[in-house]
Amino acid sequence: MPVAAAVSLRGVTRVYHTAGEGETAALAGVDLDILDNEFFTLLGPSGCGKTTLLRMVAGFDEPTEGHVLLFGQPIQGLPPHRRPVNTVFQSYALFPHMSVAGNVGFALEMLGWPRAEREARVAEMLDLVRLPELGRRKPGQLSGGQQQRVALARALAPRPKVLLLDEPLSALDLKLRKEMQIELKRLQRETGITFVFVTHDQEEALTMSDRIAVMRSGHVLQVGSPRDVYEHPRHRFVAQFIGETNLVGGRVVGEADGAALVDLDGGMRVALRADGVGAGRPVTLAVRPERLRLAAGGGDGDGGWPGTVGEAVYSGTDTAYHVALDGGPTFVVREQNRAAGTATAAVGERVSVVVEPDAWQVLED
Amino acid sequence: MAASLDARGRLGQRLLVAPALLVLVVFMVGPLLLMGYVSLLEKGTYGGVQWDVFSGEAYVRFLFERDFDDTLLFNPDYLRIFARSLGLALWTTALALAVGLPTALYIAMQPPARRNLLVFLVTIPFWTNLLVRNYAWILLLRNNGLLDGLLRWMGVTDGPLGILYTDTAVAIGLVYSFLPFMVLPIYTSLEKMDFRLVEAAYDLYAGKWQALRRIVLPLAAPGIAAGCVLVFIPCLGAYVTPELLGGGKALLIGNLIQGQFGVARNWPFGAALAFALLAIVLLVMMVYTLRFKRPAEGGR
Repeated sequence: MPVAAAVSLRGVTRVYHTAGEGETAALAGVDLDILDNEFFTLLGPSGCGKTTLLRMVAGFDEPTEGHVLLFGQPIQGLPPHRRPVNTVFQSYALFPHMSVAGNVGFALEMLGWPRAEREARVAEMLDLVRLPELGRRKPGQLSGGQQQRVALARALAPRPKVLLLDEPLSALDLKLRKEMQIELKRLQRETGITFVFVTHDQEEALTMSDRIAVMRSGHVLQVGSPRDVYEHPRHRFVAQFIGETNLVGGRVVGEADGAALVDLDGGMRVALRADGVGAGRPVTLAVRPERLRLAAGGGDGDGGWPGTVGEAVYSGTDTAYHVALDGGPTFVVREQNRAAGTATAAVGERVSVVVEPDAWQVLED
Repeated sequence: MAASLDARGRLGQRLLVAPALLVLVVFMVGPLLLMGYVSLLEKGTYGGVQWDVFSGEAYVRFLFERDFDDTLLFNPDYLRIFARSLGLALWTTALALAVGLPTALYIAMQPPARRNLLVFLVTIPFWTNLLVRNYAWILLLRNNGLLDGLLRWMGVTDGPLGILYTDTAVAIGLVYSFLPFMVLPIYTSLEKMDFRLVEAAYDLYAGKWQALRRIVLPLAAPGIAAGCVLVFIPCLGAYVTPELLGGGKALLIGNLIQGQFGVARNWPFGAALAFALLAIVLLVMMVYTLRFKRPAEGGR
């Protein structure tokens, strides 16, 4: 018998009725399994339904259709305070009139823990988030990063079965955000609690997650490990939303040695080892900038796609070359800056863009 | 250069506050000093005061009466009237809170457009003169009035209730008159409250009542305190409502003071009573200020 997922969504649909605009579906038939002890991220632009989904698990919203299961048990209709699930809110929502210890101990108090156990647990939690000295302060006296840690400690204190995090890092500055990303990952590992993390920041999702679900307008487009969704995007939106990507249209013209031959817009022909690519079908191909290389020249016959460097953007670790391909689109090529001061190509120079074998990804629209 | 700009800025600021200061001095501090002066004078034989004869008699009279041989006997009559007024004001405040808090909570939980409409409705009674509204309550509360008729028609009672000209009628009238002063400050503090905090409380295993008691009420406390003070103080010195709905039968501070300036023709005593009332009000304000107007710790 397979282990029941921590959170399962079965055909979950949420329709909002807005005056004058009719119906809008925040979620349209979402099926999703979030495994136990997993750092799972819901990634998507604002309005994609990720927060609605989170609120359904928390109990602040109910699906119009479908089911939400927690460890195999349906939790429909249970109010938030009856669900063994806690939330870290985007705004932290710390109780301003209570001390830090009062905030962290609030859930335990509501659950009727005896005072001594409660205090021990609060101390343990404040240690866990590395704020052991601040129990008596009020939230208003803390910095943003400290408030964030208190919110985490508060949500973790009652040992929830699942911790929901609603864009908890969006209010922090970049440096603090990087720190907290590592901190969150550590907390998840140490507590062994399933984390469901909502964000619109693809980099955040890649850094922290065990698995990512990429969402757009109420649909889950792709679920997979960070490496999986980055290197093998199946959907045009996923390819574009996560990282940088170069897209080119093409048409399947035939087959050779078990590979499909595709004529790209602009005249190049490539061979693809991909399933389900029927002859005559138009396809969209994607390739990551770091899977491309610049070669000198720009003539035909050297295996590359000739073009002209339109722009070279230096960004420390690497340089992005925008190359206008002859007869085709403009590709971004990212070259690592290994030796200082050595530009591989100058603006206006003729070059060839060489694609690594197997770098092409076939996308659905 | 900066200093002269600064000085000009300060002069400008003083000019801004000048009209208010002028009004305060002429219409508030002046009369207050005059009243204080009057309370320390000998009363005139036919009303008014003897402007050049000083006496502490008015304050003595508040607590004592003079026997025939001029010995002072403790006389709690006036204290009793003060106690009655205090009791009635407390009752009214409690009733206004019991009605006003749920009302404010309800309004604060409505969508914004509806909220404004409801707040507007709360203030509608202010459009009519207080006297007119009190007469309206006489029509409602009197024997065989609207309330009696309604209750009898519904079969709840079979005779007149006899509410009018009792403390109950006064309390009803006062609650009605001052309810907006309770609802509006509480609503203001609830409206500022982040309702996501309530969501957080639910999420952390608090039920509805616990969320109300532990989160909503503490955060609305400044508004509740302000509402209570705003109802309590005018109730303490209320004059029109006790006179009309209480029939002036049972004396309250307001009516007592009015009587001293009117029929009793004892201005110094009236002024002294007014100062005793002022003392109570200042005491309440002091407690309120110490307890609820502390600058917020640490800030945001």
